[in-house]
Amino acid sequence: MLNKIGVANKDLVLSRFFDEKTLVKPKAILECYEEIPCNPCSTSCPFDAIHIGENINKKPELDVDKCVGCGICITSCPGLAITVVSIKGEKAIFKIPYEMNPKPVKGDIVSGVNRHGEVICDVEVVRVDGHQRHDRTVILDVAVPLIYLHDFITVRV
Amino acid sequence: MIQTDVLVIGGGPSGLCAAQLLIESGFKVILVDRSPVLGGQLVKQTHKFFGSKEQHAKTRGFDIANLLIDPLLNHPDLEIWTGATVLGLYPDLVATINQNEQYHKIQAQAIVVASGASEKFLAFENNDLPGVYGAGAVQTLMNQYGVRPADKIVMVGSGNIGLIVSYQCLQAGIQVQAIVEAAPQIGGYKVHASKLARLGVPIYTQKTVKKAIGKDKVEACEIVSLDDQFKEIPGTSEVIETDGICISVGLSPSYQLLDMIDAKLGYVPELGGTIPLIDDNYMTSVNHVFACGDGVGIEEASAAMMEGYLTGLAVARHLNQPHPENEQLMKQYTNALNTLREGPFGYKTNVGIEKMKELIRRA
Repeated sequence: MLNKIGVANKDLVLSRFFDEKTLVKPKAILECYEEIPCNPCSTSCPFDAIHIGENINKKPELDVDKCVGCGICITSCPGLAITVVSIKGEKAIFKIPYEMNPKPVKGDIVSGVNRHGEVICDVEVVRVDGHQRHDRTVILDVAVPLIYLHDFITVRV
Repeated sequence: MIQTDVLVIGGGPSGLCAAQLLIESGFKVILVDRSPVLGGQLVKQTHKFFGSKEQHAKTRGFDIANLLIDPLLNHPDLEIWTGATVLGLYPDLVATINQNEQYHKIQAQAIVVASGASEKFLAFENNDLPGVYGAGAVQTLMNQYGVRPADKIVMVGSGNIGLIVSYQCLQAGIQVQAIVEAAPQIGGYKVHASKLARLGVPIYTQKTVKKAIGKDKVEACEIVSLDDQFKEIPGTSEVIETDGICISVGLSPSYQLLDMIDAKLGYVPELGGTIPLIDDNYMTSVNHVFACGDGVGIEEASAAMMEGYLTGLAVARHLNQPHPENEQLMKQYTNALNTLREGPFGYKTNVGIEKMKELIRRA
């Protein structure tokens, strides 16, 4: 599916997720499923939590104990393949990269979409971080109903 | 006749990097480019680049252009000629150049041809209708000049350029109706494809454009399904309403200048088609004439930069005035280039380079 329509199947997605207990604290979800020559996620991590190694074609691996969910990797990834997820009660808080205009503002209710681009739920924007260190990619924090933990991927404003 | 130590033809990533190491080695260099600005294709790349720190990964392409250009500006040993088209190359190491309708001749001790590549096009009915674009033109209009080329677009080709330009179209407010790919699988990085899928762009493999429909401009696009032999499957025609069709089906190295001095050429499909045959030091079959970047094989800009640096070092050695850090830099850039080619996406390039070496052995 990934090779034909660009959508990772559920098994692939789950291979990069962590159980709900682990996700009480924010963790990076590295949806990089292919060997490509690229390593900024690894070299930008201040906690040495993302490992690729000498051969930069290897897929990144997360040391979940070292990851504090700071989100620096989100806007370091040229493929926009990283989100940071944590669970707060009935909501999953996603930090996602966003490069479209217009940008939403805090408090907006926007459409949550899945990897196929289908609208699946409403999500609330809880933070918009457009700091210049993200180099014109904005990080949105959005609150997503927990049942969509493995389906939600981005928003449509 | 203007005399210089080294003439670098092309101010894209490989030409800029070659020029940088040549002036560091103490040579007088003239860098010519036909565009009004240096940077080659980098200037219209608004996305963050892949690779590692050495190739300025996670930096946007147009910012990488500035990182490569800035150290060259106002350097006493470097003359930059922009808007300067090389018209001819001659065996006595002379290039003829048109700049502002003025005709110039430059003679050098060595020449680096970093001429890049041109887009391949597709033959289909009405492919000359206004609204049919190459991906490079769409990027130039949108990202360099702020002009939206169409309201809707059908992208033909799912290599990295097709995927990246589709994403940039969405950013510019253009609706991407579909991406069609003749091969059974997406050609480019899947992270790019996933970015589009989640934004609702359908990617169709084993389909291609059959004709553009419209009277004075594109109004729709007919696409058809292809079998495993890339033959049309009858009865699969679909018409998609669109005012833009964007062709992104690969690049061909620009070898033509080197052909004028009878540099040996070879046909290596893995490297993009006809290429100049170059040795391990990036020298063509013509003594003192070197070539690097997409002009010797289609790859990413990251590889072009590394090749440019290595070519700069090689030219300096060839002229018996090696760069002060020649050994260390050679090792560093060779390793970086090999690493870029180590994964599955580098496989084709490695096969192509072996084929080119075989052609040299047989010649």
